[in-house]
Amino acid sequence: MATVELKDVKKVYAGGVEAVKGISIAIPDKALCVLVGPSGCGKSTLLRMIAGLETITSGTCSFDGRVINEVGPAERDIAMVFQNYALYPHMSVYDNMAYGLKNRGTPKDEIDRRVKEAAKILSIEPFLDRRPRQLSGGQRQRVAMGRAIVRKPQVFLFDEPLSNLDAKLRGQMRIEIKKLQLSLGVTSVYVTHDQVEAMTLGDILVVMNEGRAEQVDTPNAIYKKPASVFVAGFIGSPAMNLVAVKSLGAKGLELAGGLTIRPRGLPTPQAGIDLLLGMRPEHLTAVDERNADFSIDVSVVEALGADTLAHGRIVGAEGKAEIIARLAGGTTVAPGDRIHLALMPGMAHLFDAATGLRTPTD
Amino acid sequence: MAEHAPSSGHDRLMIGQSAIGIYIAHAMLILGVIVIAFPIYYTFVASTHSLQTILRPPLPMVPGPEFFNNYYEALFGGVGRIGGVAVSTLLFNTTIVALGIAIGKILISIISAYAIVFFRFPFRMVFFWLIFITLMLPVEVRILPTYKVMVDLGLIDTYAGLIVPLIASATATLLFRQFFLTIPGELVEAARVDGAGPFRFFKDILLPLSATNIAALFVILFIYGWTQYLWPLLVTNDNQMNTIVIALRKMVSFADADTEWHLVMVTAVLAILPPILVVVLMQRWFVRGLVDSEK
Repeated sequence: MATVELKDVKKVYAGGVEAVKGISIAIPDKALCVLVGPSGCGKSTLLRMIAGLETITSGTCSFDGRVINEVGPAERDIAMVFQNYALYPHMSVYDNMAYGLKNRGTPKDEIDRRVKEAAKILSIEPFLDRRPRQLSGGQRQRVAMGRAIVRKPQVFLFDEPLSNLDAKLRGQMRIEIKKLQLSLGVTSVYVTHDQVEAMTLGDILVVMNEGRAEQVDTPNAIYKKPASVFVAGFIGSPAMNLVAVKSLGAKGLELAGGLTIRPRGLPTPQAGIDLLLGMRPEHLTAVDERNADFSIDVSVVEALGADTLAHGRIVGAEGKAEIIARLAGGTTVAPGDRIHLALMPGMAHLFDAATGLRTPTD
Repeated sequence: MAEHAPSSGHDRLMIGQSAIGIYIAHAMLILGVIVIAFPIYYTFVASTHSLQTILRPPLPMVPGPEFFNNYYEALFGGVGRIGGVAVSTLLFNTTIVALGIAIGKILISIISAYAIVFFRFPFRMVFFWLIFITLMLPVEVRILPTYKVMVDLGLIDTYAGLIVPLIASATATLLFRQFFLTIPGELVEAARVDGAGPFRFFKDILLPLSATNIAALFVILFIYGWTQYLWPLLVTNDNQMNTIVIALRKMVSFADADTEWHLVMVTAVLAILPPILVVVLMQRWFVRGLVDSEK
C-alpha cells in the first residue's frame, strides 16, 4: 500500500534517444493507473523505471514520499507481471510462486500458506505441481499474477499482461484483474496499448505519445474532454471523427468546399482560425434532412448487431472529411445511401489545427 | 489455394512411401553397422584368445577360452612393453583426464559465457573476440609454447599438465553464449524482481535451464578428452602417467613377435568401453540437448 509519485522523470538512452521526456504523475494509494499509448511511446520504459529495471536519467520516483531512484528492483517491494509471463520454465507452478519469497528468506510454512492462498484466489490449485509449459495461456497468466500476489507488495506493475491472450480470455482476465486489484487494494501501474483495457481498468489514465504524457485524468474526463487531437484519436473506438474547418465566428464552422455547419451548444470560437472539429461516432444521430448538420454518402456499413457503423464522406466537403457514424443496431443503411446526420448538442470538440491542443468549448 | 496442409504425419516423411525404399534404406543401414561393428567384434574375439592362437592364422570367428586370463592379466598384471603398468592404471588416468577436460571446459565456458551475455563491463566485446579468436588456435598450433610453459611450471607427468592446456574452449563458450542469448530478457528481469542476485540467477535459473546443453556437451567433451593423443604423448614421459590411447600405441611394436597382441586387443576393447558407456547412459539427455531446449 503506497502512493507512487513521479516527478519530471526522464529517460535518455546511451545512444542519445530520449524515450521518456519528463513525466509527472501522482498515483494515490490503492489506485490503478493505466499508461496507454501506441508502441514506442515510452510507456514500457516508464514502467520499467518504476520497477527499477531501468535507471532514471533525471527526475525522481518515490513510493510514499521516499525517493527510490537508487533502490534495486528487489528492494522496492514491487511485483511485476510480464507480457510473456516470464515464468521459470524448469520450476513447478508452486516453485515459481515461492521463488521470490524464498529469496527473501520467508519461513517455509509462511511461503506455503501464502502460495496456497494465492492459488485459491486465482483458482490454480490443481496446477501447483505442473510446469508452466503444461498450462494454457490463461493459466500461465494466472500463475504470473499469483507470483505477484504472494509477495504482498506495495505496488503491482503490469506490462501488457493480456496481450498474448485471445479476445475472449482477455475480456475475462481484465475483469479479474480489476476485481483482484480492488480486493487487494494494492496501488498498481498497468501498461497497455489497448484503449478498452485502459478505459475499463484505470482509475487514472495517462495517455502517452512520443515520450510525453498528453493527458493525465480519469478515463471519463479524458473521453469527455480529450486534451489534444492525439488523445481524441486514441481514446474511443471507433476513433473520433476529425474534420478540418475554419472558424467563421458566429456564423459557424466552414469546411473546405464551402459547406458551413453550426454545432449546437458550441460557444462562438474566434473567427478566422484553422480548427479541427471532433465528433465521436456515437454522438452522431441519423435525422431527417431539415434537422441535419450535414449529410454523408455511405461507402461501407459494418453491422455489429448492437449498433451499426456507417462510413462515408461529408457531402459537399473537400479534403479530409471522412466520417464514421455509430447508428442504432438494426438501422437499414446500404453503401451508396445518403444519410443525414446531426451532432448531439454540446458534443462537439474543437482543436487548434496548428498545435493540436483542445480549444475550450465551454 | 495452392498449398495444402499434409493430411497426416506420414505425408511429410521423405522415405517410407514404398516397400523397396524401406528395403534399400535398411540394407544400407545394416551394411553400415557391419562395416563399423565387425572390426570391433573381431577385436573382442581376438581379446579372448591366447597370443599363440592369434599369431597362427586364421583367427577364429568366435570368442575363445582365454577371456578371464587375458583380461585379468591386462587389468592387474601389467603389460611388459609399457613398463609393466596395469591397464587399470591406464583406465584410471584416462578417466581422470577425460573427466577433467569435460568438466573443466564446461565450467570455464559456462562462466565466461554468463559474463559475456548478462553483464555489461568495459571491453566486453574485446574479451568476446579474444575468446573467439582462440578458436583459430587449437592445441596443435600452440603446442610448442604450451609445452614450454608446462615444463617451466613443472607440470610434465602430472594430471594438471594433461588437463589444463586442453580446458580453454572457445567452442563451448560460444555454444553457451548462443543458448543464453535465447533466454528471454523478461525472465532475467523477473528473477531480478524476485530478488535473485547474479549468483542466485546463475544457480537457480541458468544452470537448470542449461542442463540438457551441459549433458550433450559433456558427452562430446568426454569423448574428446578420452581420445586425446598428441598432447598426452608430449606431456607424459612416465609410463605410469600414460593415457590408454598412448599406451595402446606404445604396446604395438613393429616386430610382430614382440607384441602381446592378446593384451593389445584387451586394451583396445577396454579403451572403447567407457565412451560407449557414457553415450549410452546419457543418450536421453544428449538427444534432448541437441534437439530441444526447455524454454
